[in-house]
Amino acid sequence: MKSILRKFLGGREGAVGIALLALIVFAVLPMTLDIFRLNLVGKYLTYGFVAVGLVLLWGNSGVLSLGQGIFFGLGGYCIAMFLKLEASSPANTAIQSTPGIPDFMDWNQITHLPAIWVPFRSLPFALLAVILLPTLIAFIVGAAMFKRRVGGVYFAVITQALALILSLGIDGNQGLTGGRNGITDLRTLWGWDIRTQSAQYVLYYVCGALLIGCILISRWVLSTRMGRLLLAIKDREDRVRFSGYDVASFKVFAFSLSAAMCGIGGAMFVLQVGFISPSLVGIVPSIEMVIYAAVGGKMSLLGAVYGTLAVNTGKSLFSENFPQLWPFFMGGLFIAVVMLFPNGIAGVWQSMRVRFIQLRHSAKRAPALASAPSAPTPLLEGSEV
Amino acid sequence: MSNEKEPLLTIEDLTVSFDGFKAVDGLNFSMDRNELRVIIGPNGAGKTTVLDLICGKTRATGGKILFKDRELRGMPEHKIVRFGIGRKFQTPSIYENLTVFENLEISYPSGHSVFGCLAFRRTPEVIERIESVAEAVFLKEMLEIEGAFLSHGQKQWLEIGMLLMQEPELLMLDEPVAGMSPAERERTGDLLQRICKNRAILIIEHDMEFVQRIAHKVTVLHLGKILAEGSMAEIQSNERVQDVYLGH
Repeated sequence: MKSILRKFLGGREGAVGIALLALIVFAVLPMTLDIFRLNLVGKYLTYGFVAVGLVLLWGNSGVLSLGQGIFFGLGGYCIAMFLKLEASSPANTAIQSTPGIPDFMDWNQITHLPAIWVPFRSLPFALLAVILLPTLIAFIVGAAMFKRRVGGVYFAVITQALALILSLGIDGNQGLTGGRNGITDLRTLWGWDIRTQSAQYVLYYVCGALLIGCILISRWVLSTRMGRLLLAIKDREDRVRFSGYDVASFKVFAFSLSAAMCGIGGAMFVLQVGFISPSLVGIVPSIEMVIYAAVGGKMSLLGAVYGTLAVNTGKSLFSENFPQLWPFFMGGLFIAVVMLFPNGIAGVWQSMRVRFIQLRHSAKRAPALASAPSAPTPLLEGSEV
Repeated sequence: MSNEKEPLLTIEDLTVSFDGFKAVDGLNFSMDRNELRVIIGPNGAGKTTVLDLICGKTRATGGKILFKDRELRGMPEHKIVRFGIGRKFQTPSIYENLTVFENLEISYPSGHSVFGCLAFRRTPEVIERIESVAEAVFLKEMLEIEGAFLSHGQKQWLEIGMLLMQEPELLMLDEPVAGMSPAERERTGDLLQRICKNRAILIIEHDMEFVQRIAHKVTVLHLGKILAEGSMAEIQSNERVQDVYLGH
């Protein structure tokens, strides 16, 4: 039991980190922010799912995907389809020429609910699809590429192309997907109005809890032999084959797991923000989410969450005043982080802590061993931060 | 199990050509258990390519590679490893981010699937095995050190240890003593003699003194073909070998 706790929490230090995040998300922010701002934070936290997935996939396995928006979007669309169908009851849509179907279909002269929409009348199906559809797509894409040993830059470019294809595909099929406007005017979840303040509070807490759940699962995965193996693959992929492992299947696993997390994030986005559109699927959001993880620290699960919150808070503050400058600032931030702080906020935090400990240490021993050769504490890439 | 009398590894007419250039050309040789064979030859003779072909890193264009009576050609690398062939690379290839213990643990020959890895436990058995291998390769005191902090020679040893963890029946080592001090070479030579029991070891080496010390049999490769094969003394007195190699 104890060892299980240790595995999920990452020892005492890890447990403190999780507790601190929980305290901030569940107590400090709800008590200090009004519901509008809190809802905004809730939205940022949904991007946190993607960032946590990227820590697994990019930081720990060395696979950079520039298409995580695909899975965020798929999760979002899955739950949005359910919500839209519920909002489109025949009573609500009585003025349409075909009542009972989503409004945008009616505008596009569609008279039957398309077959692909039918199963999304069921909430359990939609919830399962939120997780399983992104996982399945990632599995197929990952297997196709990794088995052929497509990796590195090529993988990144292909995932980016896929993100573009998906967002254009959604955009171009207005009758089926709502097109560029996306799926809007979502109201209730099994009769529960998600637009009220109390619902927004509940959804915020659910989102925070799920995010911490994802962090714990990732912690556990990284604590097993899998974690070491992913690091080994990042370090020397070719060597791992000659240790008797099928490298591709491990990359597929990491890619699929990160996709599942993105899907959950996308669904929580839709529930809290109330819409989904192709603008959340394409290239720009996919790259922005990589920046969140980079700023937070691509090796640190918790750092990724703080990075996401920091960049998005900065974005909303900065872009309120200098909307045109924001993209340049964002690009500059990314370059600065990559060049100056390769381990992001978590890395800076870790090195500050090390320095603090050394200072305290040397202050204690200073009289006796003023110039004692203190062992250079290796600045481990902060896996436990 | 295969017949003990049969050779462990049999290579027949093995050929690989890169854009018409035959790096290995109609190679034939075989190895038995308990045999320590060294391949020597001038640069570009195709020595490393032979190892690459056996372990599946490079795909042959012709011939057969039979290991325990099974054709290895077309088998993916990781299956060849699980079938009993371990390979050490020319430059020490260890995982620098992982500790010595973790490097050895990764090589433990079970739980190689995705879910096997998730369920893998550090049982006393695993720990004991890791410690005994670490002791064999002179790294018992370094288990918690990260690979990046090892000396060059220690990295070589660690990689040999990683192979031993896999319990291979054929061990292939590409220049195992490169960059080692004379004392380290001696210890490595003893190590190789010790681990040669019940398995075959195939080594590529340039250091003639070292070859003389360890080799049971030497194969000389030149331009992708076998030039001579025999004991070290026979090889040294062979005129053709002297012409192309030792004479230089």
